[in-house]
Amino acid sequence: MKNRLKVLRAENSFTQEDLADIIGVSRQTINAIEKEKFDPSLPTAFRISKLFKLPIEAIFYFEEN
Amino acid sequence: MMKTARKKNLYQLAAWTWSWVATMAIATFGPKYIWDDHTVLTALAVSVNFANGILMIIANRNLFNKFDELERKIHLESLALTLGLTVVVGLSYSLLDTTNLIAYTAEISNLVLFIGVTYLVCVTINTRRYV
Repeated sequence: MKNRLKVLRAENSFTQEDLADIIGVSRQTINAIEKEKFDPSLPTAFRISKLFKLPIEAIFYFEEN
Repeated sequence: MMKTARKKNLYQLAAWTWSWVATMAIATFGPKYIWDDHTVLTALAVSVNFANGILMIIANRNLFNKFDELERKIHLESLALTLGLTVVVGLSYSLLDTTNLIAYTAEISNLVLFIGVTYLVCVTINTRRYV
């Protein structure tokens, strides 16, 4: 799954640490999501969506190879 | 908040682990070097060590419950690999002993050491995979 988390985080001037604290996960988890090595759970995706005031599909999207 | 709670759980686990190791040492060497094979004292030392072990397991579970989703995934995969390897390697090791293919007796302590090292290696590899 692809995502725009890194761009959105930069636009809102958050560090990975800031975002991790707000969402309630570790900084490593934010890093893994940004690098698209790990797909977040639905509650985490909802928390991110709520924070950036965007629908989930505007942040996370599926790209078929 | 989350970090503080997690740190607290980590320190609790460290404390219970070290006290478990200490009580294990007392229960192992006490009968010979401290209380001269006194049965009641030996039973007491073993009981204290067992109770300490249970508290260590509870502390470990509490820490596990404080992990976030990625950490849980990392540890769950590591646990699955460690469990599988322990069963396979442990039984093969036991078989080597019962069929006399090894000259010495298969010790459970070797298996415990194997579990610890395997889990550590699995967590390290899995962490590197995701971070």
